Amino acid sequence: MFVKLASPEPLTREKDNTAESELFFRRALVMVLAVFLGLLAVASRLVYLQVLSHERFTTLSDGNRIRVQPLPPTRGFIYDRNGVLLAENLASYHLEITGEQVQDLDATLEELHQRIDLTDADIERFRKMAGRTPDYIGVPLRFRLTDEEIARLAIDLYRFPGVEIKADLTRRYPLGPLGVHAVGYVGRIDESEMRRIDPGQYSGSTHIGKVGVERSYEDLLRGRTGWQQVETNAEGRPLRILNRTPPIPGQHLYLTIDIRLQAVAEKVLEGYNGAIVALDPRNGEILALASQPVYDPNPFVNGIDFASYRTLNTSKDKPLLNRALRGMYPPGSTIKPLMALTGLEYGVVNRHSGVFCRGSYQLPGSSHKFRDWKRSGHGSVSMDRAIAQSCDVYFYDLALKLGIDRTHQFLDQFSLGRPTGVDLPGEKGGVLPSQAWKRQSYNQSWFAGDTLSAGIGQGYLLTTPLQLAHSTAAIAQRGVHFQPRILHASEDPGARVKTLAAPRPLPLVKVRDPQFWETIIAGMVHVIEGGTAHKIGIGAKYRIAGKTGTAQVFTLGQSQRYDAKRLAKHLLDHALFVAFAPVEDPRIAVAVIAENGGGGSSTAAPMARKVMDAWLLNKYDALPEPLPAPDAAPHESE
Amino acid sequence: MPFLNRSLPRTLRRMNRNNEGWFFRLIRLDLPLLLGLLMVSGLGLTVLYSAGQQNMELVWGQGMRLGLGFAIMLTLAQLPPRYFRLWSPWIYLVGLLLLLAVMVVGDISKGAQRWLDLGIVRFQPSEIMKLAVPMMMGWFFAEKPLPPRWLHLLGGVLIMAIPFILIAEQPDLGTALVVGSAGAFALFLAGLSWMIMFGLGLLLGAGVPLFWTFVMHDYQRQRVLTFLNPETDPLGTGYHIIQSKIAIGSGGIYGKGWLNGTQSHLDFLPEGSTDFIFAAFLEEFGLVGGCLLLILYFFIIARALYMASRAPDTYTRLLAGSLTLIFFLYAFVNTGMVSGLLPVVGLPLPLFSYGGTSLVTIMAGFGILMSIYSHRRTLTR
Repeated sequence: MFVKLASPEPLTREKDNTAESELFFRRALVMVLAVFLGLLAVASRLVYLQVLSHERFTTLSDGNRIRVQPLPPTRGFIYDRNGVLLAENLASYHLEITGEQVQDLDATLEELHQRIDLTDADIERFRKMAGRTPDYIGVPLRFRLTDEEIARLAIDLYRFPGVEIKADLTRRYPLGPLGVHAVGYVGRIDESEMRRIDPGQYSGSTHIGKVGVERSYEDLLRGRTGWQQVETNAEGRPLRILNRTPPIPGQHLYLTIDIRLQAVAEKVLEGYNGAIVALDPRNGEILALASQPVYDPNPFVNGIDFASYRTLNTSKDKPLLNRALRGMYPPGSTIKPLMALTGLEYGVVNRHSGVFCRGSYQLPGSSHKFRDWKRSGHGSVSMDRAIAQSCDVYFYDLALKLGIDRTHQFLDQFSLGRPTGVDLPGEKGGVLPSQAWKRQSYNQSWFAGDTLSAGIGQGYLLTTPLQLAHSTAAIAQRGVHFQPRILHASEDPGARVKTLAAPRPLPLVKVRDPQFWETIIAGMVHVIEGGTAHKIGIGAKYRIAGKTGTAQVFTLGQSQRYDAKRLAKHLLDHALFVAFAPVEDPRIAVAVIAENGGGGSSTAAPMARKVMDAWLLNKYDALPEPLPAPDAAPHESE
Repeated sequence: MPFLNRSLPRTLRRMNRNNEGWFFRLIRLDLPLLLGLLMVSGLGLTVLYSAGQQNMELVWGQGMRLGLGFAIMLTLAQLPPRYFRLWSPWIYLVGLLLLLAVMVVGDISKGAQRWLDLGIVRFQPSEIMKLAVPMMMGWFFAEKPLPPRWLHLLGGVLIMAIPFILIAEQPDLGTALVVGSAGAFALFLAGLSWMIMFGLGLLLGAGVPLFWTFVMHDYQRQRVLTFLNPETDPLGTGYHIIQSKIAIGSGGIYGKGWLNGTQSHLDFLPEGSTDFIFAAFLEEFGLVGGCLLLILYFFIIARALYMASRAPDTYTRLLAGSLTLIFFLYAFVNTGMVSGLLPVVGLPLPLFSYGGTSLVTIMAGFGILMSIYSHRRTLTR
């Protein structure tokens, strides 16, 4: 088509300046006409506005004192699954300045400073926000005024036009640190959030969910901003409301967490850094999401002071880290039931085939010894005994027969190596290695030794506690599994109508023979009944299936022995335990990780037992007393 | 400057030919156009005094800026157009490189990456493109037969599309619109066939939904939606339009009188001295003042287009023509936006709005135009 159009024209067409000049003149004339019409359109618009609608706009202009004010919505509360209050709003007062009504801002700030304490940080934050906010909208200067400060300001506030004391609601977490890693907290909107949010929706709002449920369900909790047109007198003082679109308050949220179980989980873990995640395998509900250490979210709401934040942020124990979602640990031996299942599925072993364990394993043609945790060896082991006694040599052999890529392919179905998709922000995916992965990440090829390490849950394999709980739940349900979730229901605060959140099923994990599930579950039962975790089986009123794990923090030399007494605490092994119960009708799946806890059977397993006891037998401690209201404490002490 | 010396005898001849207006020929300015520009600027300063809460500092600042603008115009008017032609591709190339630099190291201000910080000054490279695109278009078509052939047309479209995309990505829809239109104007003036324009119009009609879904940012979509129904967003962009319409409408035929506008003085009109100064003007000077200003703008544009059509060759014609139409675009889009005819696109009212680097660009454009007109005889052989 192109050639057809171009070819009739001679290729060496001369430029003809006279003709082109005339062409230009014609085109310019057309444009003059277009310009005339364009400006005529504007002129007619002016006639419409200034002559035809003059009276209507005069009325609006005379009544002129119409201002639009945003009406920020009330944030929804957060409850646990039984209706125990986890986050609420308390009335408080803050000082606000509307830029366009202030004559001399510096002088005003100086005068205010003489009446109440203003920190440099307050002023700097105020100036930053004022620079980004339209002049006719007020910007908060100081939050949480005390009664005394209000009294001091109120006396001569009339002298400062544009300065107002405003009532607002402050977020409060009555249980303090309990459940903080699940609930999260709100804080003042910062600069990066400022760019992300819709300024209209957030006008009049100062806070936004930062972490946890407060962040992931920000939209539900927040509601919709309303607005009102207010008639004011010439100084801008409101006289009456003309037109009002009420805000839509945020939804109350009910979490799947049982705060009593959460308290148990946090308590048993006390003294260790680590995490405990408990799921209901039947629907993916998170029953407890504990991460130690914890911290009090309340100071974050109105800006934590710098020193406290630095302490929290630089502490070796990293209390701000949500280990349940973001801690990546080698799963250690807790991966073995899944490895066994993979072996059965690909037919490289069956439940009867055995391996003779001499206490170490060597690759053909290599002198490097891959050790078993039991130096004397387990002797002849079948799959059942290999799981119950956690025989490493059996799984070295199994992993080598499988190869890493088949392992990767099968275990990927359990959401290992990728986020489970839980409705909480910041979840990590861990690492489920494969040959391709190693080439991409390290630009190295995969070695047989890497496969052996992966077979016992070491090496490149990394999982989060949530992933471990999730895969354990999948075993408990024989491949039926759900995306973990923390939202149980949302409730309209006006109508008090609850909407239950639906379970989010994941594709079924299919195996060639359903009996494979029973084989590995039997192995996990024997972990408790006569296996590595036999101690926690004592006196249990229900049957448990579990698996202990011990993850190395550092690698021993070929001739060294692991000696807990002689190692510094931060070099001790991580203790892991995964379990579900009751075996016949699983109602809870638990994953425990105690960093540097030593052995999985001695440290982690008893913790899991207490969590399962609490849930299955209703054995709870009393909840801590809700924190006293903040204003009861004298302000001067801060 | 050497070319001044060389052309001195010719200058004297020009002076002798007609005694009237010899001074303006000497300084190479076109008297009617200059008068038009001065009248609009003077009116602008008067309105600014009122809209800026009678803040003399504001007026002085704007006066200085206008002075700088006129000085740049006067300077550029002295340069013979062949220099502009010589420099065109280089200015365009440097402009493109600076736009790329902004993408990599530019400062982010209010969520958009437009500024380049050179240590001493911060400036928007997209501003250069408003001049560089018309220059490059003229340069490209200078020796090519017009109306343009298909292949040449493609070249022209590329010249305009590359900076357009780079600027739209920043994102700065207003400037991208100006730069894109500058190219389109040049193509139109070059004699783009009506058939093609009709076809493009159809294509555009089909392309709008795609543009809406894939290219536009949320805030830009919001602007269009708000424009269609301002009442839906009375807190954000809708506030501007609502208040602007109240200011204009309450002005009536004769206006409330200078310094008597309530909307602007009580701060109900946002940005009353910058982008929305037209509303402040209409509130105080009414329909009569508004029509006067529109007539002045029409006069300036018509005069400038006449001057462009007298230009001796393709390069100068296309350059002068599209620079003029950029000025029209500013005036039309701003007055249309303030009166609620068009969506809120952040373009200032030329010679009226306070501040704005675009003032310098516009005056530079008029300087080039003056140069082309005053040198037309020296070019014709």
